[in-house]
Amino acid sequence: MGHKLYLYPKWLRIWHFINLMLFFILIATGLSMHYSAASGWLVSSTGKAVSNVENGNFLMDFMTAVKWHNIAAIILCFNYLFYLIANSYTGNVRYYNIKEQALLKKIFIQARYYAYGMFKGEPHPFPVNEERKFNPLQKTTYFITMYVLMPLLVLSGIGLFFPELIPDKIFGLSGLLVNSLIHITVGYFLSLFMIVHIYICTLGVTPSTLFKGMINGYHEVH
Amino acid sequence: MKAIVFILFFVLRVVVNIPDVRGQDDGSADTDSLAARYAGYEDNEKCFTCHGGTIYEFTNPESGKKMRRLMPKSRVLSKKAFYNSVHHNFSCTDCHSYEFNTFPHPSELIFEEYMNCIDCHGGDEQFAEYHFDEIQKEFEKSVHYSQEGNGFSCWKCHNPHTYVPIARRTEDITTVVKISNNMCLNCHTNEEELRLFSGAKELDVSSAHDWLPNQTLHFQSVRCIECHTQINDTVMVAHLVLPKAKAVQKCNECHSQNSILMATLYKFKAKEERRTSGFLNGIIINESYVIGANRNKKLNTLSIVIMLATLGGILIHLVLRLIFIKNTKHGT
Repeated sequence: MGHKLYLYPKWLRIWHFINLMLFFILIATGLSMHYSAASGWLVSSTGKAVSNVENGNFLMDFMTAVKWHNIAAIILCFNYLFYLIANSYTGNVRYYNIKEQALLKKIFIQARYYAYGMFKGEPHPFPVNEERKFNPLQKTTYFITMYVLMPLLVLSGIGLFFPELIPDKIFGLSGLLVNSLIHITVGYFLSLFMIVHIYICTLGVTPSTLFKGMINGYHEVH
Repeated sequence: MKAIVFILFFVLRVVVNIPDVRGQDDGSADTDSLAARYAGYEDNEKCFTCHGGTIYEFTNPESGKKMRRLMPKSRVLSKKAFYNSVHHNFSCTDCHSYEFNTFPHPSELIFEEYMNCIDCHGGDEQFAEYHFDEIQKEFEKSVHYSQEGNGFSCWKCHNPHTYVPIARRTEDITTVVKISNNMCLNCHTNEEELRLFSGAKELDVSSAHDWLPNQTLHFQSVRCIECHTQINDTVMVAHLVLPKAKAVQKCNECHSQNSILMATLYKFKAKEERRTSGFLNGIIINESYVIGANRNKKLNTLSIVIMLATLGGILIHLVLRLIFIKNTKHGT
């Protein structure tokens, strides 16, 4: 029979839940804008107006997508700021410390466990305890997500919100284009992270254990 | 970090066309070379003596005194701008009455009617590619003509003394946008000008476009006519200005794969540059980025492949879990 560790304090659970909701909104609205459907004039690649086509939207109306993407993004900025402060203030940031010896080797061991060892019934190479909330692969991923990708997403998002802040040209290219490419690419990888993150969370004692942990704060260890 | 920036730069240089920004002739040549270059130069010098600046001088024939007078703003013409314009080879009296050669000008010349583009260019085969007749037809259907009739003319927007076909000659779209929008704003935000030919009130552009997100960026990146005219494939710049109620208000008319910007603002570039950059509507991205209209096909495909590979990997992992550890409990 396993025991329970209180690893997810209330502030973290609330932040995490808000983050989740915002990401759902941002992904849906972001996709809607990126794949905005044809409407009005159908124009050929040479600039010739071919015909007038029916109005269409992808997932939702463009204006609605812009509005909700902006609202969710502003909340996300504050939520991220709250996370940075709370993570440092409470000391939770220590779990993200990637300065440890032979990290790459440990990441490989963890990856091997997910890909092979767990099917053979091998023990978890880095079991969770009060000093090690995240395994090496997990904490490296979380570090990159929260301290590399999120700042890039937030800063490029601020750039899109206040385009006058972006230089006209970056490396001879439109500053807007470079900023937007960064925003979309980072957004894409964070979405990808979210999918894998949700799946990995089914690898608890039972598929729902880790999800419950994020609701009640307790991590169940067997 | 430097390596990442370098790689990003390299990738962007490969997938994106860098525009060739050609400088514009600033007309800063000296007087002698201007005389050699322009047929009407010497004739025109007489006119520019007074009309080339804001103050003109003459000797009063009765008192013999030298007089200085302010030239009305609308009668001042920059020599530099004139010789930079498409009509640079003209003498003033090619279009204006020969009587203007006398000073003081005869008073009846006040009734001189200005020529419009179509008066010279109607059926003009030399400039057939400009489709002046089609432009005239469009203009006559426009809200300007329907509301103001003959009170509105080409002159209200285009000054024949300084005219340059900016959409064809300028690589920099921002400059095209600025010059084009200034044409509209010169009257629509200036009650004094507007009242010359219309009872309409001065427009508060900002409030009228309250619904438009990122207003400033829109105003800097696209011309008023993108939304306020009807697309015409024949002419380079649409002249059928629509009534306010018919203006484009649906975002995805521009923000979509079939962006109307390719048939309006980027039309000339689209026709001139058929290079493929890999980007959908790639011509736009050298100047700007239009959400929904610019997508890199390769990156899009790559993103879908990575997403499918991830989902496939998850599915395989899930199946393996069900097969091998159906009843085994484990922890992350």
